[in-house]
Amino acid sequence: MPRNKDIKKVLVIGSGPIVIGQAAEFDYAGTQACRSLKEEGIEVVLLNSNPATIMTDKDIADRVYIEPLTVEVVEQLILKEKPDSVLPTLGGQAGLNLAMELEEAGFLKKNHVRLIGTTAETIKKAEDRLEFKATMEKIGEPVAPSLVVESVEEGKAFAEEIGYPVVLRPAYTLGGSGGGIAHNVEELEEILANGLRLSRVGQVLVERCIAGWKEIEYEVMRDSKGNCITVCNMENIDPVGVHTGDSIVVAPSQTLGDKEYQMLRSSALNIISELNITGGCNVQYALHPESFEYCVIEVNPRVSRSSALASKATGYPIAKVAAKIALGYTLDEIQNAVTKKTYASFEPMLDYCVVKLPRLPFDKFISAKRTLTTQMKATGEVMSICNNFEGALMKAIRSLEQHVDSLMSYDFTALSQEEILEKLEIVDDRRIWLIAEAIRKGISYDEIHRITKIDKWFIDKIAILVEMEQALKIRELTPELLKEAKRIEFPDNVIAQLSGKSEQEIHDMRHENGIVAAYKMVDTCAAEFAAETPYYYSVYGSENEVEETSGKKKVLVLGSGPIRIGQGIEFDFCSVHCTWAFAKEGYETIIVNNNPETVSTDFDIADKLYFEPLTPEDVESIVDLEKPDGAVVQFGGQTAIKLTESLMKMGVPILGTSAENVDAAEDRELFDEILAKCAIPRPKGGTVFTAEEAKEVANRLGYPVLVRPSYVLGGQGMQIAISDHDIDEFIGIINRITQDHPILVDKYLQGKEIEVDAVCDGEDILIPGIMEHIERAGIHSGDSISVYPAQSISEVTKRKIEEYTKRLAKALHVIGMINIQFIVCGEDVYVIEVNPRSSRTVPYISKVTGIPIVPLATKVIIGHKIREMGYTPGLQKEADYIAIKMPVFSFEKIRGADVSLGPEMKSTGECLGIASTFNEALYKAFLGAGINLPKYKNMIMTVRDEDKPEAVEIGRRFEALGYRIFATRSTAEALKAGGVKAIPVNKIEQESPNLMDLILGHEIDLVIDTPPQGADHSRDGFVIRRNAIETGVNVLTAMDTARALVTSLENTDIRQLTLIDIAKIE
Amino acid sequence: MKAFLILEDGTVFEGTSIGAERDMISEIVFNTSMTGYLEVLTDPSYAGQAVVMTYPLIGNYGITPDMESKKAWPDGYIVRELSRMPSNFRCEGTIQDFLKEQDIPGIAGVDTRALTKILREKGTMNGMITVKEDYNLEEILPKLHAYKVGDVVSRVTCREKYVLDGDGPDVALMDFGAKNNIAKSLNQRGCRVTVYPAHTKAEEILAASPDGIMLSNGPGDPADCTEIIAEIRKLYDSDVPVFAICLGHQLMALATGAKTYKLKYGHRGGNHPVKDLSTGRVYISSQNHGYAVDAESLDSQVAIPAFENVNDGTNEGLSYIGKNIFTVQFHPEACPGPQDSGYLFDRFIQMMGGTK
Repeated sequence: MPRNKDIKKVLVIGSGPIVIGQAAEFDYAGTQACRSLKEEGIEVVLLNSNPATIMTDKDIADRVYIEPLTVEVVEQLILKEKPDSVLPTLGGQAGLNLAMELEEAGFLKKNHVRLIGTTAETIKKAEDRLEFKATMEKIGEPVAPSLVVESVEEGKAFAEEIGYPVVLRPAYTLGGSGGGIAHNVEELEEILANGLRLSRVGQVLVERCIAGWKEIEYEVMRDSKGNCITVCNMENIDPVGVHTGDSIVVAPSQTLGDKEYQMLRSSALNIISELNITGGCNVQYALHPESFEYCVIEVNPRVSRSSALASKATGYPIAKVAAKIALGYTLDEIQNAVTKKTYASFEPMLDYCVVKLPRLPFDKFISAKRTLTTQMKATGEVMSICNNFEGALMKAIRSLEQHVDSLMSYDFTALSQEEILEKLEIVDDRRIWLIAEAIRKGISYDEIHRITKIDKWFIDKIAILVEMEQALKIRELTPELLKEAKRIEFPDNVIAQLSGKSEQEIHDMRHENGIVAAYKMVDTCAAEFAAETPYYYSVYGSENEVEETSGKKKVLVLGSGPIRIGQGIEFDFCSVHCTWAFAKEGYETIIVNNNPETVSTDFDIADKLYFEPLTPEDVESIVDLEKPDGAVVQFGGQTAIKLTESLMKMGVPILGTSAENVDAAEDRELFDEILAKCAIPRPKGGTVFTAEEAKEVANRLGYPVLVRPSYVLGGQGMQIAISDHDIDEFIGIINRITQDHPILVDKYLQGKEIEVDAVCDGEDILIPGIMEHIERAGIHSGDSISVYPAQSISEVTKRKIEEYTKRLAKALHVIGMINIQFIVCGEDVYVIEVNPRSSRTVPYISKVTGIPIVPLATKVIIGHKIREMGYTPGLQKEADYIAIKMPVFSFEKIRGADVSLGPEMKSTGECLGIASTFNEALYKAFLGAGINLPKYKNMIMTVRDEDKPEAVEIGRRFEALGYRIFATRSTAEALKAGGVKAIPVNKIEQESPNLMDLILGHEIDLVIDTPPQGADHSRDGFVIRRNAIETGVNVLTAMDTARALVTSLENTDIRQLTLIDIAKIE
Repeated sequence: MKAFLILEDGTVFEGTSIGAERDMISEIVFNTSMTGYLEVLTDPSYAGQAVVMTYPLIGNYGITPDMESKKAWPDGYIVRELSRMPSNFRCEGTIQDFLKEQDIPGIAGVDTRALTKILREKGTMNGMITVKEDYNLEEILPKLHAYKVGDVVSRVTCREKYVLDGDGPDVALMDFGAKNNIAKSLNQRGCRVTVYPAHTKAEEILAASPDGIMLSNGPGDPADCTEIIAEIRKLYDSDVPVFAICLGHQLMALATGAKTYKLKYGHRGGNHPVKDLSTGRVYISSQNHGYAVDAESLDSQVAIPAFENVNDGTNEGLSYIGKNIFTVQFHPEACPGPQDSGYLFDRFIQMMGGTK
């Protein structure tokens, strides 16, 4: 069926800020789909509140709106842009929910807009628990006995009937928010109450527990003619009970026979046919490990994290094909973009094995529970490809960048057999390491399987890796043994450590014996057809099939690895734009990355894609083969920067700012010299290695001081210390991981924080704009609300910032990007941090100023000058808009994580508010971040002593808006003394009614709780904040944020938002 | 123990011996299925061929009851890696032991992707598996060139006819090397299935007055089966409904004047899209054939294409004009592979007048 010619203008809804459960995969899918639509001559209108995405680029869509994702905004946008169709299945659950609300309200019909792709009826059938169950029953597909309940009582009654444990799944939430397994009535009450509150429709499914069954997923596609195919199936190594987003996943399934494989495949096709899905769909199954019994767990009638993984695992572009299907094409009419010989109506065949590992944020949230449940906690993931499972697992482990490179990396050697058996009962992110130790300690496969329910096939594979560790320890390292160790992807450093040799010796021995990585192609068809697509993975002991290419200059672009707090989608944006810019300049581009969720790992972004870990050894193998003319490290975040030294050793020229200068920015002493030379003040400080040295520096400077390791990202390990005691504690935490570099101790200045991204060509600089943080220094820049252009600093200060930026960029010989953070106290400007690389704010500032910073920086790196590209050097003229970047957190997903903000970054994503006035921009930013007040107009304030004067001012303003303010005793007294009516309330350890009763009573909109500076050991504050977050109450931990919020609330006249097409900003 | 795979073009792959340790010469073909290695091993259509599995991890779930015939048929087995410990609730043994018991020589540790690319580029060719480290290429290569698959249907067909009882239509199944699931698919739909050896005369079959005749899959070059083709012509001339799969499909085409030809490297796997030309619907099919019917050679008065391969446009099925005859190149019986076209058995039952 040719394409539907009535479709001319399509609105694509994105997924909003990155939160746990909804990450970069939707940018990947959305970007691919938009390009696919534009290819067909369709005019694309894009809506997404997330400025860090590639889909919100003007070269991806024709009209781009970075506006809050609310029903009102979409309605207004439809009236303004008059699209004829809406494609809702690419923006994750957020996009889908919005489209459904519009459809249900009749708005789409009234305005003659159709939903393309999957219909509303289908979405409802798949998403609504009751309808889904009825549909499955109708076609004889088994589902676990379940009941949708709308009250805790109902849930209790049903659980009695089917017996504990039961699984609870709230309807219409993402990443399984609020779900869990209840083993008894107490747990049921707790989880169910929470789930009911989080569900958009107040429904929770109570279901027979099938925990321990195999969890299998199928990615399927169907067109309007009814043709269906399976793109990929995947097996979760962690059986049912762990969210698939937190599970180790392997593709294709490994322990299913053809009977099981085809049984579930037929079922999946049966289901999408009955649901009448047109596009991509994910079906999750629980398969009984000892029989053919299975249950359908869930169906996602849209692209998803799993579909992104399936696309990368197979090379089959699901989102692209889904977009074509939405336009009316059938699978047999859509060409397979990989082989260019076959069509989309075939099933990919893999001749390799893919392993996905979740990237969990427990390094950031050290107080959080590491337990994995049906509630997803991972912020990102890595994928690896190899022709054996062991190798794929080893590569995935070292791709995580969590100081792990083998199954020995978490040390459980001190545990006894009994302790291991006990610990195995707890499912956490270190389970495979614990299983490895269990094997080392001689615990049987049967015993491990009995406890973990992990299939013995996988346990045996872990055993093979453990046996290799032993062999390397005790046997002589012959070329044969080395070859075998490399076949299963032991990195050189691990082999060296086990065999008592140096890494260099292993490296040399490999090369002497010809044991080098070869690269194989991901071609969707197991080599049955010749493919054009240069998408590669490494293996040992095989023939290399990378073809020599063009005589063009080659550039290696190093990606940013898994999405984690502090290094998110922004760096993928930068890597992709850098790659495109190099391509435009006539270079052959090579991307190395291991994140399956991203645009950079799409097969048609660079000339060549190497899906590999970003370690020096893995990169060196690629360098040996490709011999690039240079490498770019300044766009891939800290991941790429960390590779600089190794690349230099390999003889690869670093394009742009040189390695020495990157080092100068990080090396405290060198940096101090440069600052002195440039006559730029910085907060006084020193470098230390031990707590004793740190205390000495701190006392010399006077508390408070800022303590942090060098060479880290997102302020990891950064803390404000107010006493010697704090220093002891913080240095202890930092030194838990051996530090190659010194720890920095600086005087903490509480001024305004200013941030600048600039491009420098060696002579001139270009500053697109100055950003000011709403929160004073002390809160990580990534967690601060950022305003462009800066609102409260003088023209003189701006000039000073421009001048300092210029001096610093030149002194550091920056060629390309530089990011500088300043503190402004009065008219004094101090530099607090310099990163000679692209930063988190680059996509945001590019979009709101209309200046394509990454392409400009790339051209500068190649040798062009700012002036010749038509820009006047210096600080650019301010845009006509105010743009406010609002951090977004995922605290409700991480049990036990402290929500208070500080120098260590905690946000997972961001959204943008852009408008011609500050107040509207601020309102939009809060709206986009989902901070939607008020419901009850009740709030709680409990602030530290230093904040009490400000609390009075803010309290007064909230009071004027009609809020009832509850406050703990001392805060209440301060408020009353300032003339604000405050209702004193008991602290949580005091008798009821106390703070906790208020919070759990569900009538509080907002908690303002500012924790004391320094190490905060008061359980009270922590418990208040946690409970507030877990009951869905907004929590603010800085007075500046509270002030911004009240300002936004005061502007009640902003109801009709002005929507801004940022594609038009020049 | 070391083993070597020597190809007709002189390429040598080194690996580890699996299964029997004797020398073997055969035609080397590749299969892209990711599951179903046991069904592949026991598919009689592989008689006279050595199979390369492109999926690198084989034997993961061991040996289960899913045999498609009583024994393994390929002359040789070529894999990247055999799982040392299978795991599945129905697992009855390891593939290593199975290959030994079945006396099938094989080789593991081969860069099967590189091998597949050679077969794809140069076409299916002959090869040898040997454990002799002192092999002499000059002696071996002429032997490889000379190897011919020969009459394999006689090797694989049943020795005597047998019956699977049922209350439904009476089906005569011509066993040219039939996979079990063909008879089973019919039997499950109620058919009483009488399985006949390949060289049974048409008269004998027709004398039993079956409601329908099923021509099975099987190995080898269809054009070599001249005697069988002559019998099939007689079946064509009778008015009994006929449904044919794979070799059966090719033989019916040859019996009615069309030609067959050898594909460069065949279709073997579970992901091939076939289009039903009457509806435009595409189904993913299980395939295993090295020859195809030349659609150009069809007499449009006799038969018209009913299915076609979406990838390369080759013929995948024929509908016979004025006859109750329908034939397909692919495998609706699946095993291994997708079950999407299982509905064709229902269609056959309709052709026979439905279930009694």
